[in-house]
Amino acid sequence: MSNLETFRQETREWLEENCPPEMRKPMTADGACWGGRNFKFTHPDQKLWLERMGEKGWTAPTWPSEYGGGGLNYDENKILAEELFKIGARPALASFGLWMLGPALLEYASHEQKMEHIPKIIKGEIRWCQGYSEPGAGSDLASLKTKAVEDGDNFIVNGQKVWTSYADECDMIFTLVRTGPQEPKHNGISFLLIDMDQPGVETKPIKLISGKSPFCETFFTDAVVPKANLVHELNKGWDVAKNLLQHERKMLASMGLGGSAASGKGKGKSGSGLANLSKKYVESSEGKISDEGLRQKIAKSDMDAHAFGLTLRRASEEAKNSNHGPSAATSIFKFFGSEHNKRRYEIMLEAMGTQALGWEGGEFGPEELAVTREWLRTKANSIEGGTSEVQLNVISKRVLDLPQ
Amino acid sequence: MTLTLSEEQAFLKDTAKKFAQEKTPTTHFREIRDNENPECFDREIWQEMAAQGWSGILVPEEYGGSNFGLAGIGVVLEELGRTLTPSPLFATSVVCATILNKAGNDSQKKEFLTKIASGEVTMAFALEEGPRHKPFSINLEAKKDGKNFILNGKKNFVIDGGFADYIIVVAKTSETEDHLSLFILAKDVKGLNIIPTTMVDHKNAANIEFKEVIIPEANLLGAQNDAKEIIEETLDISRAALSAEMLGGALEAFDITLNYLKEREQFGEKIGSFQALQHRAALMFTDLELCKSCVIEALTAYDEGSNDLQRIVSLAKSKIGETFFNVSNEGVQMHGGVGVTDEYDIGLYMKRARVAEQTFGNSEYHRNRYAELTGY
Repeated sequence: MSNLETFRQETREWLEENCPPEMRKPMTADGACWGGRNFKFTHPDQKLWLERMGEKGWTAPTWPSEYGGGGLNYDENKILAEELFKIGARPALASFGLWMLGPALLEYASHEQKMEHIPKIIKGEIRWCQGYSEPGAGSDLASLKTKAVEDGDNFIVNGQKVWTSYADECDMIFTLVRTGPQEPKHNGISFLLIDMDQPGVETKPIKLISGKSPFCETFFTDAVVPKANLVHELNKGWDVAKNLLQHERKMLASMGLGGSAASGKGKGKSGSGLANLSKKYVESSEGKISDEGLRQKIAKSDMDAHAFGLTLRRASEEAKNSNHGPSAATSIFKFFGSEHNKRRYEIMLEAMGTQALGWEGGEFGPEELAVTREWLRTKANSIEGGTSEVQLNVISKRVLDLPQ
Repeated sequence: MTLTLSEEQAFLKDTAKKFAQEKTPTTHFREIRDNENPECFDREIWQEMAAQGWSGILVPEEYGGSNFGLAGIGVVLEELGRTLTPSPLFATSVVCATILNKAGNDSQKKEFLTKIASGEVTMAFALEEGPRHKPFSINLEAKKDGKNFILNGKKNFVIDGGFADYIIVVAKTSETEDHLSLFILAKDVKGLNIIPTTMVDHKNAANIEFKEVIIPEANLLGAQNDAKEIIEETLDISRAALSAEMLGGALEAFDITLNYLKEREQFGEKIGSFQALQHRAALMFTDLELCKSCVIEALTAYDEGSNDLQRIVSLAKSKIGETFFNVSNEGVQMHGGVGVTDEYDIGLYMKRARVAEQTFGNSEYHRNRYAELTGY
């Protein structure tokens, strides 16, 4: 047996033994495990699964084992993913620490900082949120004003962040702060890790058009941050910020596929979620959707998803033998993924008619009400993590090298 | 399916790229066009391609080919597509070689495939009868008459039909719909009236009239009445190969345009610094990245024996069709006035995009087919 076959065998056996039954059931809307100091597990199996996977380092399979990661190579990681998929295992941990902060720390943080923070991310002990945008700094992120002033062994932070996802439930926040007010704007920014469990940090949820509040405003009033929490050099935070944004965009891009028809592997007949949904609301004859305009839109959307899935897979195959993280080209994925997701929901609304326009009440099924709220949520897809217009700027300037 | 090229495929692509840059840049295309070469291709160049082994990439080794696969000939077509290189490679070595390989008996394969691989003969596939792709609505009839068939009817848009040594024709051989048969015949058969035409992309595509054309039954390719499946499969292989050529054309049209954006100055600035143009360039680049993935997937889907080939091919042909259309249109617009002059190459790509789009099903045709195959 080759090493990989042995690895597959061992992985399969380990998962068989360690993935609890409840964690093999399909994911529910509120079934994600976010971890952190205050997380309320929905089931004992959820806690058990997180502990076992965290111990093994398989919540972050490719991170170095030195910091508690799985230490797997590309092929091993692929096998692990396949075996997890095979038994229908839920992700053990959903976390901005895993998707965004961790990769940036691995690249920019000191050894001590990695030792301090990476294992806690892997085990889901600390839940992180992102403090980037400010009321006056959206697309023009580098114009941010939240300031950090040196005071002995600490920084004292004052200012306001906005669009901090789930800040009211998080333990720590990674922030961009201004430390060099005299420097040109990109050169006066530092990357600081701030513990939110202190009087100087307050959060306030923002109610969105969907009626939900996944984002907060976060206020810093003389918040105290040890200097040990400065990542990379003083005033060099923009480098970390850009790197982290690429990881964020990669994460947001793959969300664009939303479990739809194509994961890049053709699923063949009756493989279209959009078409199956539509058939419940519009006429079809012998399986063919009669509204030709709608049918064409669905086909276009399914083909976009198929092509996009293939492109994500191609990018990962191409990256296999290089150690580069996501590049500026990630903007293509962020742009296309979020725009595609928005179009997909508009098609659902078109197909479902007024059944997708209910807010509450007995005439609407829970799935229908969910589509309405999710549709509203998708409107933020092309804004968060850099607007679509910002992505097109990045592609034209940094990928296509068009003049400034 | 693998979405990256093997070392051998990458090497072949590189060889084809150098060939196209050195021997057949767009000036070669222009020379042929301006000399009103009725064949629309250069026989010496074709012999050089054959010497490279390209004419026999889809031909099995026992008939003198390399059997290097669809992805192999695909990467060659992509590079030739970048410089609009005129050649019989598509019609002869993809379309007709595939039909012979799938439908021919041993002696037919030996006779024809060997000569395709060596570059000795050229062939054309006479399928269409109207202005839009309808592969299975065939009116040209072949009636059995003793040991012969008698053919009557008309074909149009026969790619390379104006010069090809042989024609492979699709005929209806029974009153039952879908009872189709394939015949191979030499261009000088009595009753055959070949009217060469030049398309807007300056490639040759003949109209052919069949009047009481008598063909011995030995010229039947495959079983009588049973050609539909072979035609369908041949079309899919050809569509994947054509998509690769279109990808090459679209990528080059984009590169030419991008360079122009970086050079041309107006209002005292490079026009590539204008956001209105930057965003459109970024959109095109995104679409092209998606097309690259679809095309390589379609090529390898056949080589690796996917059971989802039809859907994947329709995905590729549709995506690259839309993208080549858009990139070439935008290219002309972004060039401004010079974009509509013959001197600049960008317009040539727009013309090629239109003809390729109509070949073997346009984007809408394939979107419809994709929906049908997915079950709606």
